[in-house]
Amino acid sequence: MNAPNKSGWKPEMQVAESGFLGGPVTTTGNRGLMLEEPLLFEIGRADVTGVDLPEIDPSAPNRLGGLARSEAIGLVGLTEPETVRHYTRLSRQNYGIDLGFFPLGSCTMKHNPRLNEKMARLPGFADIHPLQPVGTVQGALEVMNELAHWLITLTGMHGVAMSPKAGAHGELCGMLCIRAALEARGDARDVVLVPESAHGTNPATAAFAGFRVEDIPATPEGRVDVAALKARLGPDVAAVMITNPNTCGLFEKDFREMADAVHAAGGFVYCDGANFNAIVGKVRPGDLGVDAMHINLHKTFSTPHGGGGPGSGPVVLSEALAPFGPMPFTARDGDGVVHLVEEESAAEFGHTQAFGRMTAFHGQMGMFTRALTYILSHGADGLKQVAEDAVLNANYILRSMEDILHAPFAASGPCMHEALFGDKDFTNGLSTLDVAKGLIDEGYHPMTVYFPLVVHGAMLVEPTETESKAAIDQFIAAFRGVVERALEGDEALKQAPYYSPRRRLDETGAARKPKLAYES
Amino acid sequence: MRYLPLTDTDRQAMLAKIGASTIDDLFVDVPEVARLDGPIHGLPMHASEMAVERHMKKLAAKNLVAGEVPFFLGAGAYRHHVPASVDTIIQRGEFLTAYTPYQPEIAQGTLQMLFEFQTQVARLYGCAVANASLYDGSTACWEAVAMATRVTKRKRAVLSGALHPHYAEVVKTMAHYTGDEIADALPSITPDPELTGLIARIDEETACVVVQYPDILGRIADLTPVAEAAHAKGALLVVVNTEPVALGAIKSPGEMGADIVVGEGQSLGVGLQFGGPYLGLFAVRDPKHVRQMPGRLCGETTDAEGKRGFVLTLSTREQHIRREKATSNICTNSGLCALAFTVHMTLLGEKGLRELAAENHRLACLAADRLAKVPGVEVLNNGFFNEFTLMLGGRPARAIIRDLADRGVLGGVSLGRLYPGVAALEHALLVAVTETTTEEDIERLAEELEASIKETV
Repeated sequence: MNAPNKSGWKPEMQVAESGFLGGPVTTTGNRGLMLEEPLLFEIGRADVTGVDLPEIDPSAPNRLGGLARSEAIGLVGLTEPETVRHYTRLSRQNYGIDLGFFPLGSCTMKHNPRLNEKMARLPGFADIHPLQPVGTVQGALEVMNELAHWLITLTGMHGVAMSPKAGAHGELCGMLCIRAALEARGDARDVVLVPESAHGTNPATAAFAGFRVEDIPATPEGRVDVAALKARLGPDVAAVMITNPNTCGLFEKDFREMADAVHAAGGFVYCDGANFNAIVGKVRPGDLGVDAMHINLHKTFSTPHGGGGPGSGPVVLSEALAPFGPMPFTARDGDGVVHLVEEESAAEFGHTQAFGRMTAFHGQMGMFTRALTYILSHGADGLKQVAEDAVLNANYILRSMEDILHAPFAASGPCMHEALFGDKDFTNGLSTLDVAKGLIDEGYHPMTVYFPLVVHGAMLVEPTETESKAAIDQFIAAFRGVVERALEGDEALKQAPYYSPRRRLDETGAARKPKLAYES
Repeated sequence: MRYLPLTDTDRQAMLAKIGASTIDDLFVDVPEVARLDGPIHGLPMHASEMAVERHMKKLAAKNLVAGEVPFFLGAGAYRHHVPASVDTIIQRGEFLTAYTPYQPEIAQGTLQMLFEFQTQVARLYGCAVANASLYDGSTACWEAVAMATRVTKRKRAVLSGALHPHYAEVVKTMAHYTGDEIADALPSITPDPELTGLIARIDEETACVVVQYPDILGRIADLTPVAEAAHAKGALLVVVNTEPVALGAIKSPGEMGADIVVGEGQSLGVGLQFGGPYLGLFAVRDPKHVRQMPGRLCGETTDAEGKRGFVLTLSTREQHIRREKATSNICTNSGLCALAFTVHMTLLGEKGLRELAAENHRLACLAADRLAKVPGVEVLNNGFFNEFTLMLGGRPARAIIRDLADRGVLGGVSLGRLYPGVAALEHALLVAVTETTTEEDIERLAEELEASIKETV
């Protein structure tokens, strides 16, 4: 079955067998609009620059303490036209949300509104220094405070630490708050329970925060095994880290019960908020007994992923943990003036138990402006609709695929914002990887693959709310087409992708003899 | 809602396909106690693009923009001119809206850019290998300490007193919980960095010694003796750099024997942005240490047709494979800031970076000479690159800075702000000068500083 395509293209128009690859060999290696681009170090020159600066006066005295550089750095430069072309050509070898559907489960690749970019670039936000006198940055502090107010209200929590730089940094912040709270009461608990379906950052974070990590199994229906969790609780358990909705795309319906049990046993509840986009405006984690939860502004609140960051990971905190939140944070006084609370003013604001500092400055201001812009655009009603449409789209994909693709938890009820599938019915040695690569040829970024680990050959599909029904229908048709080939054992799929800028890359070779910098 | 493509007709059709009658049928697993009857109370409803823009502009207008006044702040964040093409390139959707390159066949743009970035950073630092970025300089500093404890299997880090106090605070915060021991100190107010005392603090238990270059007071010193002393005791030298432009003028840390070099990359391409997002740089001099590095690494390989290509590699160090045994918990890093840095660096090249560094230093020398003529003001530093310390003759620098701001001059960073409660440091003021500083700006600072000092008893 071929995907519907309104461009005028019809399946029979494809050149038989050879497809696009059957044309003549070109002199350049380019193929029309697909342009090969050399490395910077192969085209740049040491004596060329794209910035006009005064020539160096070699006779000028210096005060470099005898440390003036004598050796060449080894850099090369390009003029502006060459620079723009180099990076434009590179950019065209990338897939992004702007180009197409990007159903990367758990990563939440939703549209990045351009108003956010415009607002973040206002000189009043982009061109201010973190250590300017606070009287000169009241607007920036108000942005932090206003965003903090939204995050606290949307989650039903008590306070928020704004400085963490990304989700994993937020996890660390939350877990350090827990360490600090335990220390403050002289409690030596050091075990953190992490479900086996958790993101890898959870156990890594807990270990970095000085805890010992123990796994908690999942039930056959894809949720935390509540009985196993309760059985393990005891005086040595400091916290649990639970993702909700979880990485199988399901709401942990017994979350409150688990949280109550953990609290009764003297522990804390960390919630991985990576999937908060499924419930934003719809459910408040505070109502579920959460003590700390990070919020990925680059997921739920649409700040761009940028090919791997920057992110931003504010952590909302319960009343029990808020006193331990790190410096700096913002607070508004009775006269409406916003203060940046740092080490020296902590006492004045009653924030004397802060566990320390996570970063040099105040967090990801550029992400705060973007996230606040997104939040104000949507409002309380729009955010609720965001969650509802994200969940609707995921369920629509789940129910449109389950007749041909193994959906291990389809019987567990509705999914949340992502649908999980497995590869157990594929034949002829075909696997999830082959389906992912086949989707590349169809013009899609693949879903998240081989995560969560609890499902064999996991395929985690997250459409987000910013896709139209037509876009989703076309994806479903393409996905079904590739899955049918995997079920039939289509050998050709093992070599996919055929039409991308590069074919499958030798990752084993890359790791065996790492080449991590250009050598001339 | 302008960002939500589904219509009510679509929603009904999709619910029908799913077999649900209302959207709330899909939220049945939410326990009763947490269900809400409508939008969360007490928050505004959606707003038009125009309305949101108006609101945000109102907030932005409450800030004093660095570029609109004579501006001299540094201390880990520097205002440099960013060429227009940098922002154009980072706003290309193929870069802006891409994810971490997990599917290399359709992410070669990001991957090749990262490979070039790693090469630029490694060469700038005089190192063999740099990673694909960390959050910022301060977190990179902690990651370096953590790595040194893994490499040496020792638990004690010696921090130079002239390490940025916020970096030191981040390291101490983390070490408190990992059980590592941090020996820190306050900066000595001397014209040159005080290395003898630092060297004396290195012993057989020391995993690493951490030195900033140029240091928090803007001073520079040859760190070769520190490297030798550290290596003699089996410890590593970690060098922290918060101003990469400086390395266009002075020797690289790698040349002086640093084992791990980390820093803040914000100066190139990224902009001030009130402190974030910034760009953590991380490199090692000896390739044998690569497998202990934190963060993503991009490596060269070939595809099935034999063409050169790039992939994320050595991921067995990372959290998504190693979980609690990973070298770091970092996942998302600063990819787009790395792109901005690398584009800016490409525009500069060897020639441009050296010229940029020379221009920064030239203007800083002018400023130092002019400010030294202000009655009651002394320049502390013997050597410096583009930032130096003024001693204000017993006057509190914080009050002076606030007064200068009232006079429309952002005059620097007071050590009182950086070291609250340390009386010995409260009369010192850090002044940074870059290519964006004009000679008129310098004159204006000198005049206002003189006036401010006269009025501050």
